[in-house]
Amino acid sequence: MPEKCGVLVFAEQEDGKIHNVTYELLGKGRELADRLRNNLCAVLLGYNLENEAKELIYYGADKVYLFDHPSLKEFDVIRYKYNIVNLVKEIQPRIFLIGATRIGRSLAPRIAAALKTGLTADCVDLDLDEEGNLVQIRPAFSGNIMAQIKTRTKPQMATVRYKIMKPVNRDPKRKGEIIRKEVGKLGETGIKVLDKLGAGEVNISEAEVIVSAGRGLRNPEDFKLIKEVADLLGGVVGSSRPLVDAGWIGKEHQVGFSGNIVKPKVYIALGISGSPQHLFGMRDSDIIIAVNKDPSAPIINVSDYYVIGDLYEILPQLICELKKIKKSEGA
Amino acid sequence: MHIIVLVKQVPEIEKVRFDYKKGRLDRSSAGAVTNPFDLNALEAAVQIKEAFGGSVTAISMGPMQAEKTLRDALARGADKAILLSDEKFAGADTLATAYTLAAAIRKIGTFDLIICGEKTVDGDTAQVGPEVAEFLGIPHAAYVEEIQQISSDSIVVKAKMERHYYIIKLNLPALITVTKDINNPRLPTLRNKLKAMRAPITVWKHNDLAEISDPKYFGFSGSPTRVIKVYTPTTGKRKGQVITGTPEEIAQKIVQILRENKILG
Repeated sequence: MPEKCGVLVFAEQEDGKIHNVTYELLGKGRELADRLRNNLCAVLLGYNLENEAKELIYYGADKVYLFDHPSLKEFDVIRYKYNIVNLVKEIQPRIFLIGATRIGRSLAPRIAAALKTGLTADCVDLDLDEEGNLVQIRPAFSGNIMAQIKTRTKPQMATVRYKIMKPVNRDPKRKGEIIRKEVGKLGETGIKVLDKLGAGEVNISEAEVIVSAGRGLRNPEDFKLIKEVADLLGGVVGSSRPLVDAGWIGKEHQVGFSGNIVKPKVYIALGISGSPQHLFGMRDSDIIIAVNKDPSAPIINVSDYYVIGDLYEILPQLICELKKIKKSEGA
Repeated sequence: MHIIVLVKQVPEIEKVRFDYKKGRLDRSSAGAVTNPFDLNALEAAVQIKEAFGGSVTAISMGPMQAEKTLRDALARGADKAILLSDEKFAGADTLATAYTLAAAIRKIGTFDLIICGEKTVDGDTAQVGPEVAEFLGIPHAAYVEEIQQISSDSIVVKAKMERHYYIIKLNLPALITVTKDINNPRLPTLRNKLKAMRAPITVWKHNDLAEISDPKYFGFSGSPTRVIKVYTPTTGKRKGQVITGTPEEIAQKIVQILRENKILG
C-alpha cells in the first residue's frame, strides 16, 4: 500500500511570492516520487495563498497542504515548525525536501530536531538506492570534497541548494488536490518580526550575465570598467573574495563558496585565477569566458573560452565593440 | 547576563590538503584551529559582557585536543570553559551533536543567550545552532549581522534572510547564529593567553549528562545520518577554446560568442 506521502516539499514563500527553489524541488521531487511509485506533496504556509497553491500543482505536486492564516504571513520559525511537524506526523513522508535558502536552513534543523530525524544540508544531487532509500550528495570542507549520505530515520530530510535542480514545465491543466489544514493553536513563540528592510538591489544569484573581476584588477576605481561591460550586457558585476575582503566592493557581489553561488548564462571572469572556493560558486554557469595573463591559472581549465592576456588591453576594446552594437540598435 | 558560546575545533581549511586518491582530507597536513565563525560568536558575547556585565561560558564537543580551542576562547574573554569529550560522543552527526550540547546546557541550568557561529568550515551545515535551540525549546534567529538592542528579557537583532534584512525581537533565553559581518574579532592579548594556559577546563563525560539525557542519542550510534562515500568533485568538461588575436580581434570574437549564446542581438 502506498504511503500517504512519498515526497514532501516545503514551498517557501516571502511576501506571498513562491521562491523559485520550490519549483526546482518539485521537479526533483516529481522524479523521486515517480521512481518510488508514490505521490508528491507540498506544504505551503502563509496568508492568502490559494493561487500559489495552484501553481504548486501546475509544477508537479499531487497534493498541496495549505496552512493559510494571518499569523503565518511572516516567517516565524517556531510557528512554521510547529505546523509542519504536526503535518509530517500525520502524513509520514518518506522524503522531505527543503530549499537550502537561509529561511530553509534556519527552519529545517528545527523540524529535524523536533522529529529526531536525520537532516543533510545543502545537497547538490539526490538519488535513490536499490531499496528506494535517498542518497544525498553534498559538498563539505568548503567544497573541497563531496560526500554521499544516507539517513536511517524517516522522513529522510535534506536541504537542497538553489539553482541546481530543474523544474518541470508549468502545466495549468495538471490536476491535484489542495487540502486546507487547521492552523495549530500556539501562543507566543518569543519571536517577533519588527521590520523588514530591502537587502540591496544586486541579486547576483538570479543574474543571467555576470562580469566578474579578481586580483588582476589593479585598483578599486577600475570596477567602473567592469560595471560598464556588465551594464552594456544587461548583467551584474561579480567579484572574487580577495577584492571583497579588501573592501573594494560589497559582499553582495562576491561569487564563491562563502559568497554567492551563481549560475548565469554567461560568466566572464576577468583577472580571476580561480581558487577552489571561487570555482565552486560559478562552475555551473552555462558558458564561462576567462581572461587571464597566466596560462596556468585554474580558471582556464573550467572555461569554455579563454584569452591569455591583460584585461586592461581587452576591456577597452570590448566596451568599444559593445557600444557600437548599442548605437546600431538605437539607430 | 550569562552567555553561552558554542565553539568547535576544525582543521585549518586554507592549508589542509586532500588525499585525492582516498577522497578524504589529510589531517596531518594542517593544524587545528577554532572555527573562524566561532570567533565572531565569541567576540559578540564578550562585547555584550563588556557592556552589560555577566559572564561567558564556552562549550565545545570533541576529542581532548579540543581543549586548545577552549583555551583560545578563554584567552579571547570567556570566563569558563567546558569540554564534552567521551568516546560515546564520537562520530556524532549534527543531530547527535546538538542533542549532546543541549544536554550540557541543561546541566549548566541558567543562561540568557546562546551564540553560535553561522556554520563550521568543515561540516558547512549550519544545522547545529537551530537544532540546539529546538532541543532546548527556545526561540532562535540565524544569520544575525547586528545586535541592535539587548535587555534583561529580550534581544533585537538584524538578520539577513532571502531578499530582506529581518529585524527580529527574541524573548530571552534565546539562541542566535552570527555571520562574519557582525564584528571583527580582537586578537587575544599575551597576558590573557598566558592566563588561559593555566585556567581550569571542566571536562564532562557521558556519565555527567546521564540524568538529563538518553545515551542512545549520543555519538555515532545516535546519529541518523551515515556518510557512505566521500570523493573529490570532478569539474565537468568544458570546450576550453582559446581566443587569440589583437585586443580588437579578441573583443570581436567575444561579441560573436555572446551573439551565438543570444546574450546580444
